[in-house]
Amino acid sequence: MVNNTTTVKPHRSNVTRRKIANRIMLTLCMLASVAAVTVLGLVLFFLISKGFSSINVKFFTQLPNHVDEKAGGMSQSIYGTLVLLGLASVIGLPLGILGGIYQLEAKGKFASAVRFFTDVLNGIPSIVIGIFVYAVWVAPIAKLHPGTGYSAFAGGFALGIMMIPTIMRTTEEILKLVPFSMREASLGLGATRWRTMWSVVLPSARGGVITGIMLALARIAGETAPLLFTILGNEFFVTHKVYGIKVPTLTAPIDALPLRIYNYATAVDPEQQRMAWAGAVVLITLILVLSIAARAATRGKVLEEK
Amino acid sequence: MTNIASQDKQTPPALSRPVVNASAAATANRPDAKSKIVAKDVDFYYGDFHALKKINIVVPEHQVTALIGPSGCGKSTFLRTLNRMNDLIDGTRLTGSITLDGADIYDRSREVVGLRKQVGMVFQKPNPFPMTIFDNICYGPRIHGIRNRKLLDEVVERTLRGAALWDEVKDKLHKSAFALSGGQQQRLCIARVLAVEPDVILMDEPCSALDPNSTFRIEQLMEDLRGHYTIVIVTHNMQQAARVSQQTGFFLRGELREFDDTSTIFTNPSDEETEAYVSGRFG
Amino acid sequence: MTTTPINAPAASPASPKKLVFPKASFSILYGDRIYAAITFLASLSIFGIIVWLAVQLSQASGASIHKFGWSYITQSNWDETKDIYGILPYIFGTLYSSFLALLIAVPISIGSAVFLSELAPKWLRTPMTFLIELLAAIPSVVYGLWGIFVMLPWLKTHVMNPISHAHPHNKFALWLFDVFFSGNPYGPSMLAAGLILSIMVIPFITAVTRDILKAIPRSQREGSYALGATQWETISQVVFPYAKSGIVGAVMLGLGRALGETMAVTMLIGNQSPGTPTGISFSLFQPGYTMASALANKFTEAAQGINTSALAEIGLVLFFVTIVVNMAARLLVFYTAKDVAGGK
Repeated sequence: MVNNTTTVKPHRSNVTRRKIANRIMLTLCMLASVAAVTVLGLVLFFLISKGFSSINVKFFTQLPNHVDEKAGGMSQSIYGTLVLLGLASVIGLPLGILGGIYQLEAKGKFASAVRFFTDVLNGIPSIVIGIFVYAVWVAPIAKLHPGTGYSAFAGGFALGIMMIPTIMRTTEEILKLVPFSMREASLGLGATRWRTMWSVVLPSARGGVITGIMLALARIAGETAPLLFTILGNEFFVTHKVYGIKVPTLTAPIDALPLRIYNYATAVDPEQQRMAWAGAVVLITLILVLSIAARAATRGKVLEEK
Repeated sequence: MTNIASQDKQTPPALSRPVVNASAAATANRPDAKSKIVAKDVDFYYGDFHALKKINIVVPEHQVTALIGPSGCGKSTFLRTLNRMNDLIDGTRLTGSITLDGADIYDRSREVVGLRKQVGMVFQKPNPFPMTIFDNICYGPRIHGIRNRKLLDEVVERTLRGAALWDEVKDKLHKSAFALSGGQQQRLCIARVLAVEPDVILMDEPCSALDPNSTFRIEQLMEDLRGHYTIVIVTHNMQQAARVSQQTGFFLRGELREFDDTSTIFTNPSDEETEAYVSGRFG
Repeated sequence: MTTTPINAPAASPASPKKLVFPKASFSILYGDRIYAAITFLASLSIFGIIVWLAVQLSQASGASIHKFGWSYITQSNWDETKDIYGILPYIFGTLYSSFLALLIAVPISIGSAVFLSELAPKWLRTPMTFLIELLAAIPSVVYGLWGIFVMLPWLKTHVMNPISHAHPHNKFALWLFDVFFSGNPYGPSMLAAGLILSIMVIPFITAVTRDILKAIPRSQREGSYALGATQWETISQVVFPYAKSGIVGAVMLGLGRALGETMAVTMLIGNQSPGTPTGISFSLFQPGYTMASALANKFTEAAQGINTSALAEIGLVLFFVTIVVNMAARLLVFYTAKDVAGGK
């Protein structure tokens, strides 16, 4: 009897200890994710409380006014960001989507290498892309025509390069979700591969591909570092007329929201700092709208039933 | 079931049909049937795996040829060599020759696209496209260059009637094909194949995902189609093979063990393992 | 068999050949070759860009490489007036800030990933995952802004000042203060940079780790539970070992991010030498540089010639460092995913 109790007791306390350890560690895990979410809450809270009040109609319609910041806005930055996103899409979308299609269709060593280096390119810091575009575009042009070089083109090129790997990977991931049987059915009817892709696979995955595009846009909309080397920033709209229609001058410097936020945030004028917060709210809103819309577009489903 | 099975043994179901099985001779020797597909010494490899070994077979025109055998025996693989669907799988290799109407389908100059138009395929699971019923049918004709709307309307009606689906769907042609039941979807897939007007229809266990009633309708459909198309069907279900086919080939471990009139295979097979399989002793 | 009504001859459905198909068009005959070529070329752009990056950056930094050789990365002087350039302090700053970031981010990220994949009730998983993804979507410059105006003042009054004013008595504490907390607590500092970096890599490491944990088959966990293990024992002794190299890969991906992160760090690290002769200081309160912040900061005032070339070489070094880190990380993640998939 005595023996029995002595063997049982340590066993029991052992179980208790294990249970306590279990409880502690699981609580820590929970706290970790609470901490992560709390930081998000803090960032959003201060953004709204510091920036929201400065947002008004003028913010979207006026140029900066350094005599009276309250009367000015950031219209040229918002416009610049949209122009840059457009330019980046011109480079990033076709290459990204076509490359993603290649990764889906192709097998073998080379295709895996492409996949691998797509991820690697994705991890290269944006500032490196920035100095690269400076060296390959801005500097040579400035050499030819002093005083030029920094341009919307250069910025769009840098952002476009960053878009390619992102779009490629998401496109492949999404297209993979279209059942192979669907492709088989089409090929079995004598359809060519491109026709199968165009008429069956892409339409089935449309929502997902759009999601990927929007997420990529959301990601590059906030990029600042490459812009430091490429667009210079300005406080005007630079346009010229083509057949009587005003179009943005893509060879001239352009502004962008994140760059303007950076400049104002590091300025000493408290009014400019206030504008930086307002700009950040607008930027974040743009990004959130893009990423939430992206999720709503798919809701985890690829194939939509009509 | 046991009743039917035993009945099968004594009076092969094929006897109830007028066309076939008057003689027990293998098709290859029969003069009345034109040979549609001829496979000669076909070996097929997935990487290192030798999936088909020296297959020789002659598929007669306008008849139903069934391929049976246990899982993994190579019957589906063989079926997919007939319209080169195996080309889609990486690291596969085929030696020997397969001819369709006398022309080698693995010839370098052969366009696989044209081949697959001529040799249609119905898959194990119904796989309609995420489009309307109408667009599903029109997909094939459209990709092969037919744009005329009137013509397409005719094709849709004709093929849906041909697939015995018209009455069920004529009022919802412009609804999603996903709204149909499994059996209806499979018949839609058959109609979709008919729309490109193939010579040969390959069916890869077309009923394995369907309920008995749908299965029955599809078998009936095969009977209807037989006069105009050469049909090759892979099936797990021996009763089905016995019911629908005129020729039956038995595959085992990548070999074609026996190929003969269906009645012969099910009543008087010459291969021991064939007999064991059709009598349900293994598989 | 009498029930089988398939006796009747074919009810003449479609006599098959009714349509007249046009001859195979150009797009049918050659479309696939063009399709293969175009998509192949698009995918080649990946290699094209990487090679172009390497070539262009090497060219741009050619003058600097030629003039300084290895001394560029081994010496501490960056002097535009004398045209002498060495980036040792920047390399140190990059490594140190990234190390600090990982020190904070790794436990939090792994904890969050475990919570998200193993513990959280189903209804909580999707919103939590979404929130953490949002954290990843906030741009660097916004973190910088928040860091300058919210985090720095708070750090200064609640962390840096109290520590600076403390008077440690025992020797170890004195040494600790000397090494890690020396200098005036102005605000912009290694500590601030490390903190903001950690916030920025947490969502990233969490997401990758969670995906890896999710890929581990249930059977592994069930095996452990069946032996009477607690949930934590299962996680730490079955799940972690299984996912080990994948988690290391995830952390390295986070490291890759931290090494190249520019804007927030530029805004918070001070961009000043800590004042030591080597330009290197372990003090958390001292300002410093990272490679990326130095590049961003000095670029606007750079003169053409060797100065720009030296700056471009920072880009080149950063390019090679991040490419190596990313390749190693991707390989780890890739092989874990493969093992996990193979283990099913």
